[in-house]
Amino acid sequence: MATLGFESKIGEKITNAASKAMGRAIRENAVRTFCFFCAAVSIIATVGIVYVLVSETVPFFKEASLIEFLTGRTWQPTHINTPQYGVWPLLMGSLMITIGSGLVSIPLGLLVGIYLAEYAPSGVRKVLKPLLELLAGIPSVVFGYFALTLITPALKNVIPGISPLNAAAGAIVVGFMTLPLVASLCEDAISAVPKALSEAAYGLGSTKAEVIIKIVLPSALSGIVASFILALSRAVGETMAVTIAAGATPRFTLDPTKDIMTMTAQIVNFSKGDIDRGDIRYLSIFAIGLLLFVITFTMNLVAQRFVRKVGRPAK
Amino acid sequence: MNGALSGANLAHIRKRRLKSQMFGALCGAAAFIAVAILLTLIGKLLVDGLNRVSWSFLTSMPSQMFPAKAGIKSSLVGSMWVMALTILFVVPLGVGAAIYLEELQTRENWFTRFVRINIANLAGVPSIVFGMLGLTLFVYVFGFGKSILTGALTMAILVLPMVILVSQEALKAVPKSFREASLAMGTTQWQTVRRVVLPNALPGILTGIILAAARAIGETAPLIVVGAVGLVTFLPDSVDDRYTVLPLQILDWAQHPRAEFKTAAAAAILVLIALLLVLNSAAIIIRARAQKKV
Repeated sequence: MATLGFESKIGEKITNAASKAMGRAIRENAVRTFCFFCAAVSIIATVGIVYVLVSETVPFFKEASLIEFLTGRTWQPTHINTPQYGVWPLLMGSLMITIGSGLVSIPLGLLVGIYLAEYAPSGVRKVLKPLLELLAGIPSVVFGYFALTLITPALKNVIPGISPLNAAAGAIVVGFMTLPLVASLCEDAISAVPKALSEAAYGLGSTKAEVIIKIVLPSALSGIVASFILALSRAVGETMAVTIAAGATPRFTLDPTKDIMTMTAQIVNFSKGDIDRGDIRYLSIFAIGLLLFVITFTMNLVAQRFVRKVGRPAK
Repeated sequence: MNGALSGANLAHIRKRRLKSQMFGALCGAAAFIAVAILLTLIGKLLVDGLNRVSWSFLTSMPSQMFPAKAGIKSSLVGSMWVMALTILFVVPLGVGAAIYLEELQTRENWFTRFVRINIANLAGVPSIVFGMLGLTLFVYVFGFGKSILTGALTMAILVLPMVILVSQEALKAVPKSFREASLAMGTTQWQTVRRVVLPNALPGILTGIILAAARAIGETAPLIVVGAVGLVTFLPDSVDDRYTVLPLQILDWAQHPRAEFKTAAAAAILVLIALLLVLNSAAIIIRARAQKKV
């Protein structure tokens, strides 16, 4: 009897341990499944975006022809008698903002990046970097306010005929917004250039500017170009600043002193007035959204190609 | 004499040196301009709006009629709701995904590779496009309507790539020896992650969450698309209510034709930027403390 009790105690211990191990295994599996699901959510989000954009755009092209959308020069989808669905006015609006912002962010950002990587003493860097981060962190809507109250009045001094809402002010503030991005990516690309390259150039008697311009920048070129593309892609998708600053008049023009409308501003404008599903305004924002997605996605892919080149050692 | 330099050569060298110095000055000037832009913007805000910021500005409802009495109560509360819910949704999802990629499925397969590429691409999608996903999916398909819940879910997806990327970095920074020591004691993988890896990665993950909160509080465009309203004169009772957020209130006032509302917009921007500064400093302090510990 005694031995039996002893054995049963062992048995109990074994079953206890077994059930504990089983509990652990179940927990282990549950956690794994949960984390797998979390990782899958990011894919579901992308698939969801593409699916929603495409599926809601299909009914739009029952109203408008694809050819008219991609070639038309007039955008008035809500016109009662003669609705027209040419997306070019909105595209040109976005194009003006993008190019204009690039004129600000690319030269300034590159020079700031060079300064940070090659010139700035560490004390200056410690102050400059957080300030640039702060600039990058200012919400888009705030830049819209600046365009309205600061940039446009300043531009009016130079160009008296400029309209109160105009593409130029929008482009300039979007340039300010994307400047920190260009600066920090350029700094990274420049810092990644092997020191041996520039030291060899110094050894041959080059000046600092010659080393930077002829040796360092060409070696860092792919990263630098990637930063430019990313900044431009950000500008294409920029919404609030241009909605506030640049106006809401779709215009087939490249005149930056006029009020215009970007693709993003049109989406915001149609969304504001509580639209119903199936409404032409609802359908057109998805057509514009799909175009916007395709443009920015392509730009980002190209930028990633350039970035990947940076990792490779120079031959 | 081969050591001597001819006059022409010397002049050439001087010219090159001068050019080099000018280039350096140009780069310095660009940095100066960037800082000047930031300071001008902040200065302009202080001049325009500082006098308007007061306790009653924070605790009054907005008003169409009386710009001098209008406040940001409803939008401030709305922003807090959206931010809190966004964090609630995105933290388990983002950290879970990062744990899967860095700890559980460390050997790369087609799925992890696909997720990695996908996260990078998702981070580059314009924010307004997330709003359109939210509009169709949460407002119509799930039937959540134009509610706080919809806004927060949309925002959670928007900041998800950021939370995943920052959490991944934080997990990567935990030394491998920590995991090996723990696993050698006979722990399971999850026990190691929960008791050893996560506590050590916590400061980094927290920093990421704070930055995500800062992003969520400043975003406007996707919330307009999923139905946040400009002018709201009530406080939301539940997650099903309609709402406004601080950036939207700013938009409403900035676009108002009456000049007094511009002042209110500037004051609201100051409050928004103060909130962002608090969040960012918290992130910086956490990071600094964690570095000191190591």
